[in-house]
Amino acid sequence: MLARKTAPEDSASSGGEKKYESGMAALFRKELSDHLNSRRFYLMFALLLLATTASLAGGISSIVSSGGGDYVYLELFTTGSAYIYSFATFLAFLGPLAGIALGFDAVNNERSLGTLNRLVSQPIYRDSIINAKFLAGFAALGVMIFALGLYVCGVGIITLGLPPQAEEIFRILTFLLLTWVYTAFWLGLSILFSVLYRHAATAALCAIAIWLFLSLFMSLVAGGVANLLYPTDGIQGFFNTMSNYQLNLALNRISPYYLFSEAATTILSPSVRSIGVVTTSQLTGAVAGYLPFGQSLLLIWPHLVGMIALTMAAFACAYISFMRQEIRA
Amino acid sequence: MGNPIIKTTGLSKRYGEVQAVEGLDLSIREGEVFGLLGPNGAGKTTTTLMLLGLTEPTAGSAWIDGHNCTREPIAVKRIVGYLPDNVGFYPDLTGLENLVFTGRLNGLTDAVSRSRAERLLERVGLTYAAGRRAGAYSRGMKQRLGIADVLMKDPKVIIMDEPTLGIDPEGVRELMNLIRQLSAQDGRTLLLSSHQLYQVQQVCDRVGIFVKGRLIACGTIGELGRQLENDGRFLLELQAEPMDEALRKALAAIPGVKEIQPAGDSWEIVSSRDVRPDVTRAAAERGAAILSLRQRGGDLDEIYRQYFEKAGDRDDNHEDARPENGSGGLRLFRRRKKV
Repeated sequence: MLARKTAPEDSASSGGEKKYESGMAALFRKELSDHLNSRRFYLMFALLLLATTASLAGGISSIVSSGGGDYVYLELFTTGSAYIYSFATFLAFLGPLAGIALGFDAVNNERSLGTLNRLVSQPIYRDSIINAKFLAGFAALGVMIFALGLYVCGVGIITLGLPPQAEEIFRILTFLLLTWVYTAFWLGLSILFSVLYRHAATAALCAIAIWLFLSLFMSLVAGGVANLLYPTDGIQGFFNTMSNYQLNLALNRISPYYLFSEAATTILSPSVRSIGVVTTSQLTGAVAGYLPFGQSLLLIWPHLVGMIALTMAAFACAYISFMRQEIRA
Repeated sequence: MGNPIIKTTGLSKRYGEVQAVEGLDLSIREGEVFGLLGPNGAGKTTTTLMLLGLTEPTAGSAWIDGHNCTREPIAVKRIVGYLPDNVGFYPDLTGLENLVFTGRLNGLTDAVSRSRAERLLERVGLTYAAGRRAGAYSRGMKQRLGIADVLMKDPKVIIMDEPTLGIDPEGVRELMNLIRQLSAQDGRTLLLSSHQLYQVQQVCDRVGIFVKGRLIACGTIGELGRQLENDGRFLLELQAEPMDEALRKALAAIPGVKEIQPAGDSWEIVSSRDVRPDVTRAAAERGAAILSLRQRGGDLDEIYRQYFEKAGDRDDNHEDARPENGSGGLRLFRRRKKV
């Protein structure tokens, strides 16, 4: 072991101005490269790619046999077949899993590796650790989702031989953005659990339990509660129908899964003219036609804002609990 | 010795019912190697965390190089390197990459980080493993990588929490050499916390004995030893052949001897003065051969134990002075002064 005292380059660097605030950038770089090199990321990507390919195959055969509508590219995203879900449905189901996979061991893994201690003793702000983790996961999800979206478009151009219209491009980009926010919510939630639970497995199980509940059982719960409060049998049922439906819808909309599905359907199908209840009198005199992009966007604006809010809330909880947590193991 | 660089006044930390650290007043001078000694759970780690601003003290304050550790943690962390007791690295990155990452977090450019990391790896003797994944490093290698990691920021002050834990004797010897170098050649200040006394004794300028959140003694090892001798308590360990009742009576008759207790295959003689010459003489008169005679009190083990007894806390690990009592015990090695 040879001792060498400060070499010339050393004193040069310590004499110069050091950029200490670059900690965030360095952390982000490391986290992102970790994600993009991880087996887990490849696995999720392969799973989604497989699902996308299957749904594309089903979708294309349906479109070809039906002759296709006015917005063929959008149909690529929303059409499945009798045997397979559409791309949008697959994303609604599997997107959360990708978000959870990238976040469930974000903090507790650092803790169990013993790297968290080392990290917090560097001259960086503590919140840049969790911010970088979230942003890196967010970026990785973006790469994944936009790659899949462009893959669908590419296959569409090759097999259908038509270029997409500008309107379709806007709608597709909005849809992909929506998906990005949707998966980011699950990323935030799983990071929250990774802060709260010492074991990665516990955190993953919690996140998956919530995912299953909100995706599969929330509609049952919403229906049950709505029927309990506003029964629809008998004479009173006629009066309750409206309240029942509205309560059901409101409860369902708590679930990001429902919000996403509703918004995705609206933005990808210009023929969807409204969300929720429309009375017969409101429909009187309406001309059946497609909604322009701006109007569709207006319809899903609350959904988008709601999902962003949910994501922020999940991340804020993770942020606060991380900042308040004792570092010692 | 320079000016005080680490200073705490009335530093206290309470976790619910447990008082982890109580009214700690500590002053460590620049360039000094200070050993914070105490059994597990004495509050050593809590103290180091408070010095780094990672834990907020309930009362009192800590200052490093003029920066308040609680209020300006970033300024403190720029000049303080911290080696946690269970240092870990990203297993998928190589040793070199782990160091370069730390360099980046400290605002170094990639080129500077890289060359510094390479030099430090050489210094800790890990050049051969620089390109290996850190996940494949052994405990001792990780510890050395940890030291290189701490040095990446070129710190003025280095805090090491249990640096010798789980390292083999050869590794410990190298570590102690390195610590001495860091202090003597680089002029850095070191604060070591440990419960392994023998190792710390070799390398520390001053030690503080920490029991149940309180610093019960502080000073150089010589000072602490003298302090105890003034209390008039000498302990002699004797092994002779034969060790019979006659010899025992002869020894008990020596003026100053208070008590003779059998301890394993030897006797512990408690006295109020240095009775070594008398013991040798008495043994020779009886025709007994002395196999080993050891005055205890000069080494840290004994100082520690006696302070411990004085504080009224007797650790169970401490009851038995045999080195075999290794697991989680107070010592790894035992220096035996044979006469």
